[in-house]
Amino acid sequence: MSNAQGVVVKVSGPLVVARGLKNARMYEMVRVGEGRLFGEIIEIRSGDCSIQVYEETEGIGPGQPVFRTEEALSVELGPGLIRSIYDGVQRPLDKLHAAFGEYIVRGAESPALDRNLIWDFVPVAKVGDQVAHGDVLGTVEESKLVNHKIMVPFGVEGQVSKIAAVTGNVDTVVATVDTAKGPVELTMVQRWPVRKPRPVARKMPPVSPITTGQRVLDMFFPLTQGGTACVPGPFGSGKTVVQHQLAKWANANIVVYVGCGERGNEMTDVLQEFPALIDPVSNEPLMERTVLIANTSNMPVAAREASVFTGITIAEYFRDMGFSVALMADSTSRWAEAMREMSGRLEEMPGEEGYPAYLSSRIASFYERAGNVICKGSDERQGTLSLIGAVSPPGGDFSEPVVQATLRVVKVFWGLDDKLAFARHFPAINWLTSYSLYQEVVDKYSNENYDPAWQANRQKAMGILQQEAELDELVRLVGMDALPMSDRLLMQAAKMIREDFLHQNAFDERDTYTSLKKQFRMLDLILSYFDLAKPALEEGVLLNSLLSLDVLEDIARAKLIDEDKLEEFDALKETLTQEIAALPR
Amino acid sequence: MVTREYRTAREIVGPLVLVDGVEGVTFGELTDIKLDDGSLRRGRVLEVNGDKAVVQVFEGTSDLSTENLTIKFLGKGTELGVSGDMLGRVFDGFGRPIDDGPAIIPEKWLNINGNPMNPFSRDYPNEFIQTGISTIDLLNTLVRGQKLPFFSASGLPHSRMAAQVARQAKVLRTDDKFAVIFGAMGITFEESEFFISDFRRTGALERAVLFMNLADDPAIERISVPRMALTTAEFLAFEKGMHVLVILTDLTNYCEALREISAARKEVPGRRGYPGYLYTDLSTIYERAGRIKGKNGSITQLPVLTMPEDDKTHPIPDLTGYITEGQIIMSRPLHAQGIYPPVDVLPSLSRLKDKGIGDGKTREDHADVMNQLYSAYARGKNSKELAVVLGESALSDIDLLYVKFADAFENRFIRQGEDENRSIDESLALGWELLAILPKSELKRVNDKYIEKYHPENK
Ligand SMILES: Nc1ncnc2c1ncn2[C@@H]1O[C@H](COP(=O)(O)OP(=O)(O)OP(=O)(O)O)[C@@H](O)[C@H]1O
Ligand SMILES: [Mg+2]
Repeated sequence: MSNAQGVVVKVSGPLVVARGLKNARMYEMVRVGEGRLFGEIIEIRSGDCSIQVYEETEGIGPGQPVFRTEEALSVELGPGLIRSIYDGVQRPLDKLHAAFGEYIVRGAESPALDRNLIWDFVPVAKVGDQVAHGDVLGTVEESKLVNHKIMVPFGVEGQVSKIAAVTGNVDTVVATVDTAKGPVELTMVQRWPVRKPRPVARKMPPVSPITTGQRVLDMFFPLTQGGTACVPGPFGSGKTVVQHQLAKWANANIVVYVGCGERGNEMTDVLQEFPALIDPVSNEPLMERTVLIANTSNMPVAAREASVFTGITIAEYFRDMGFSVALMADSTSRWAEAMREMSGRLEEMPGEEGYPAYLSSRIASFYERAGNVICKGSDERQGTLSLIGAVSPPGGDFSEPVVQATLRVVKVFWGLDDKLAFARHFPAINWLTSYSLYQEVVDKYSNENYDPAWQANRQKAMGILQQEAELDELVRLVGMDALPMSDRLLMQAAKMIREDFLHQNAFDERDTYTSLKKQFRMLDLILSYFDLAKPALEEGVLLNSLLSLDVLEDIARAKLIDEDKLEEFDALKETLTQEIAALPR
Repeated sequence: MVTREYRTAREIVGPLVLVDGVEGVTFGELTDIKLDDGSLRRGRVLEVNGDKAVVQVFEGTSDLSTENLTIKFLGKGTELGVSGDMLGRVFDGFGRPIDDGPAIIPEKWLNINGNPMNPFSRDYPNEFIQTGISTIDLLNTLVRGQKLPFFSASGLPHSRMAAQVARQAKVLRTDDKFAVIFGAMGITFEESEFFISDFRRTGALERAVLFMNLADDPAIERISVPRMALTTAEFLAFEKGMHVLVILTDLTNYCEALREISAARKEVPGRRGYPGYLYTDLSTIYERAGRIKGKNGSITQLPVLTMPEDDKTHPIPDLTGYITEGQIIMSRPLHAQGIYPPVDVLPSLSRLKDKGIGDGKTREDHADVMNQLYSAYARGKNSKELAVVLGESALSDIDLLYVKFADAFENRFIRQGEDENRSIDESLALGWELLAILPKSELKRVNDKYIEKYHPENK
């Protein structure tokens, strides 16, 4: 730590102004007061540095010292990230618990990567290899699911002069590279400033879907590997449950979950649940691929602002290894509010609803860090980073600035609706207003990989739901009985799509995840009912007997059919055909 | 640290005093404000800029002038001296005894702002609290360590209901130590008397600690009430191993005090003039509920707020709902029908209910009965609305049964006596009795084996 020292001149909540910090730079980290509280310079104005402080500032006052660190707010990257739980500035919360107890006290510190963990480094590069940023030096088995690549850090280029299999903690030297400036020893750990996107070789459009096991998402509003989505909704509409479901079941290699300004108990829930949950693809506990960032609402607001960047930098680091990474941020509104609070204290000119004028550009640059990329490194590996942000609009009003700024940049909109939530229709995603701009890409992929009728079925089902919405208006005025028989049959099909397909209970062991194959068969069964009943009705079969077929109960229970007994759907379809054929005409 | 005294107040704006020429003052520091007539008030430093400090005066600034006061900076934050002897005592909003009892000899001094609980250290709330109120226990189950607010409105009986919960709340099959902490913010004398005499009548006072700030008490003091209450709660829960129920009423008054300070500081206002940091501020109150791994005690919060204009999207209920783990909403129409407690069942929700119910906690059929009652009531209310538009004759026979169910549900299940303490088994039995109004084929949400075991017809 440098001795270049300034003094505090002003304190207002999390904002401290310091004078006399010579040569200080924007976004440099500083230490404030004798307690050396963490802070970051966010404005420089005629020699005065405004600092956002990541810890409670009570007891800080004018005259107290401020120290430079000469480094931008950075995270430590290396083996040991997986299974960790960090606060917004990458302090390991489990270690803080062990060292300082149940409450987060000021000045508490602990290295982000545990130095007591010992890793086996297996070299990939050889002596004599010419290497540059992103090239893989070797690997470390970080968890059962993550084979961690140790990569040449940014700014290092040259010839490997020493490399060998070693065992040790992250500070162990694994290779020496002779660069133009002389030999450089590389360890298993590197640092990266969080506000700066990690470079990639090039970006490409996303091509394959992220499967989530959530029927409404996979079938109707799919997200891609490397894509962006937002989940806005009023309180209690199900944002967190959607995010948790994605963290559990999305087919990503790595999940980074950022609890940004939300509840402590929700993080506890994840911590207690994930180690016990088994990934359906790998059969290993989900925690083996997960990194958690928890800066809950009552933790310092400046660290909340940083938490999103800490999370995304860690996510990018894994993407750079060639993994598919998914990051969930719950909730980006709390992040935006943290920006608003700091901006207010800086007395910046407020934009809409008091948010800073740069709100939308910050949001855009955050989502821009997602993508399907060719990573740095000579092997041209491909990595993806998908971002899913929850948004919590005041009063559930989607016209507010954070929702609007987000919608301008993300490609998928999962709009949560409190009317559906009140009716206990979960996930309460409004199927009429939500959209995915990846629909076409995913249709193509799904037609090829799951079933050629994928797109046709999806369109048919959505058409039925849209017609239902129109008919609903009519029913409210004249009653169901006044509708023509064919419309009443359509209403029945729509109801089945809603209740027997879209409705999905996240807390039911069997319903919480549905494979794509099963999703297709479930929907196909309902559509078959409609397709068979329609001509029957025309042939004179009574509507009521079509509405009260015994098989309808079985269709409703098709959700619970085991993933390895999908042939039961064939039997169901057979029964359905027979029951309808047997009705008197 | 040396304490420093100044007579250099320059400006008085709303609840704030600006002092000049100060030295060594720190953010959040506690101050004594001595008036020349000998009276004393308390203040807290909200901002310090060079030699200027902005001090928020808890008792308000009436009668202050820039000439008649001395401000003494005390070199520490706002602290409360806590002790097990606080049980059974009544304090003002700043933690000073007002019940003529002896002074409290603190076992410990604690900063009232507390520290954020490490999310890693939390234990997930999952122990059922029986409140004896069917609409809570069966449909919106409260668990130890939860924060579950009452969204009420002016003129509704939220106080009676909160007192009933305080009186009746217990955890089945344990004899854990239990305490109630009551934080009153700007409520009327009558309401406060109601609580105190209710606590006294039922003997609850002995295991209660009361912090009282009434409607005619200084508004700014309301900022400290919940923090005093929760600091005491943390001490009793996590150092004395008690299960603490904290009732805070009325958060709306608290938020207004916050708005007053914000306006005096000329901050950029958020929605409806409330400060942009209202969410963060409220979360530093609500998030102090919870359990800690490896510790016995717990803090359960029941904050009460009145929704301005009965509007759930008003920033106070809105931001509260974004932080708490569900909400119990009171209904004016039910109240007008004379139904107590007027719980609006459909929009109310306890988000932690699922982990606190079922076999071994309440009863195996709890979740199914809950879901069935909920959906039957929703359908019944729908049918009633339909009948209003299209006429009763437009209803099918089954819809008519649902209407009958909805009426019975409101009159027998929601309605209960203020002293009626229903066990969870009684609530479940009542639920089954009402479900029997409907044909068994309608009970799609209940597992057949429970219908066999618990349906009144099968008994
Ligand atoms: N898929 C689902 N299956 C079953 N229940 C659900 C589902 N989604 C949401 N719920 C119910 O809704 C409640 C609220 O959901 P959630 O906590 O996700 O809301 P939220 O939108 O994150 O609210 P807030 O903004 O206040 O954090 C849950 O506790 C649960 O009871
Ligand atoms: Mg949430």
